[in-house]
Amino acid sequence: MSSTNAPVNPFQMPRTTHHIRRQVSNALCIGFAILTAAFSILVLFYLVIYIIKQGLPYLNLGFFTQLPASFGSSGGGMGEAIQGTLVLVGLASVVGIPLGLFMAIYLSEYGKGRFSEFARFMVDVLNGVPTIIFGLFAWVLIVIPAHGFSALSGGLALGIIMIPIVARTAEDVLRLVPKELREASLALGATKARTILQVIVPAASSGIVTGIVLAMARVAGETAPLLMTAFGSTFWGTDVTQPIDALPLRIFVFTTSPYQIQINQAYAGSIVLVALILITSFAVRWATGGFKRRF
Amino acid sequence: MQAKIATTNESRLHALLLKLTGSNQRLSDLLFQVITGLFVLVTLAIVLGVAWVLVSYSIPTMEKFGFSFLTNQDFDPVHNIYGVAPAIFGTLVTSFFAIIFAVPIGLGASIFIVEFCPRSLRPTLSFIMDMLAAVPSVVYGLWGFLVMAPWLINVGEPWLNKYLGFIPLFQGQPHGLGLLAAGMILVVMILPLIISVSREVMLTVPRTQREALLALGATRWEVIRHVVLPGASVGIIGGVILALGRALGETMAVTMVIGNQATAPSWSLFNTGYTLSSVIANQFGEAAPGLFLSAVIEAGLLVFIITLITNVLARLLVSRVGRGRIGGLAA
Repeated sequence: MSSTNAPVNPFQMPRTTHHIRRQVSNALCIGFAILTAAFSILVLFYLVIYIIKQGLPYLNLGFFTQLPASFGSSGGGMGEAIQGTLVLVGLASVVGIPLGLFMAIYLSEYGKGRFSEFARFMVDVLNGVPTIIFGLFAWVLIVIPAHGFSALSGGLALGIIMIPIVARTAEDVLRLVPKELREASLALGATKARTILQVIVPAASSGIVTGIVLAMARVAGETAPLLMTAFGSTFWGTDVTQPIDALPLRIFVFTTSPYQIQINQAYAGSIVLVALILITSFAVRWATGGFKRRF
Repeated sequence: MQAKIATTNESRLHALLLKLTGSNQRLSDLLFQVITGLFVLVTLAIVLGVAWVLVSYSIPTMEKFGFSFLTNQDFDPVHNIYGVAPAIFGTLVTSFFAIIFAVPIGLGASIFIVEFCPRSLRPTLSFIMDMLAAVPSVVYGLWGFLVMAPWLINVGEPWLNKYLGFIPLFQGQPHGLGLLAAGMILVVMILPLIISVSREVMLTVPRTQREALLALGATRWEVIRHVVLPGASVGIIGGVILALGRALGETMAVTMVIGNQATAPSWSLFNTGYTLSSVIANQFGEAAPGLFLSAVIEAGLLVFIITLITNVLARLLVSRVGRGRIGGLAA
């Protein structure tokens, strides 16, 4: 093959089968990488577009303001489910934000010893535990003694899920606050506690808010722990000692319904849920991008 | 006089705190540290509380059935006999199915992001892939139940049966809802986790090593095979274990597509089944206090232990790569 009279380019490798095999395997690798990446992205686009296509015609004002229609009839909405999700996320925030935030402050400011390493490890582990376990926990702790499902128990379960998300993101941004700010405050005679509360936390506030919003969006989409705590209902209500509806719960119930009208509502509900989560994630990305540039 | 007592109390408290924490800060700072520390303790107490609740409520079934709870075929409230063998089987089958398909796809996608895609596209693509993890599990369940399962029963499973029917996995009656549907949903759900972890660890492989091999005339694939994958292997394995933990514990989407009917154990993926989490989601409603309640909670305890082990293992492996925190939005 290479024994021709043409001038040989010393940098041109001889075209042996070995060489061809290497090039082919390289091309296969590139092709495989492109295919799999395209698959991962297309799945998301397909899912979002499919749900929008199916649910958009049913997403009207009534969807947000009306109660679910009785079986088989037309119209109706998921107003009570949206209200319920707001109540549940509010309750969860009462549990999750202070615990997560103060934990993050402790870990970023005093977190050097073995205890802090352990705590940090537990936060990560908490993040990996399936959420239905926290549903069981709240069920045993509140629902069984109170002999009834309640918004309160659902809020507790969701709040525990929020803790690791808030703690992780808040700790990360608190660590990003430059040392100079801290030193300037201490040099002016401020105590360490005051420096943390009035200088460091405000400086990291946008990042902390980001983490909180992310955690809220995440628990707004949780279904499994609510099955055995908030349970669901088809009425308006803000009484935290009573069962309460939630958007994901309503979607779950309507998805498995035999009536097309309810299935359509489930698609419309999914649009609301997915839009809520994608929009907050975009907002968060935009905000954190800005945050990291500032320092 | 009042003020005097207050001061002594204050200094006593201060002295006590100084002794306890072994530091020499002023009182306000010390109080602040102690208060924030208390919040950490509360969170740790919650983790312990969860474990305690699960263990203490499982004791009745543990005493009654012992290890036969794991091997017993029936979950039968009528005769008060409980076992989770079919659920364990369903959990393992669906999770391993998901891992087998999600690992190559996830690795391919992260190789594309790290090695081939233009640098300017990298953050956007990573973000889109992370978004797959943000889609709520009930939405995956909805899609699986309304779109994928009908497709599987009419097209997918008959096709598999026709062309791959010689493999025992694809024999039997198509059901639509079943182990195969659950496994396929899980593939998509754990994919973003595998992508984000392997992306992060591949990025930690030093650029100079890649360049050294390229300078020797290696192809891009050879660089990936001999430098990137070996360098990132420990972290990738950690990510895979993390994803396995996620698959083992996933509840909602799986419950919606797995059929929730125990069938006689067979090789067929078309069969309906149970997972440990779907047992909890389906049975808690009727669970009367006593053995039934205890059995449901022991199923929860098993899920908790399994995911605890996978998580601890995965975190240890991933943190060895040098970056303890991994995965961004997806993790």
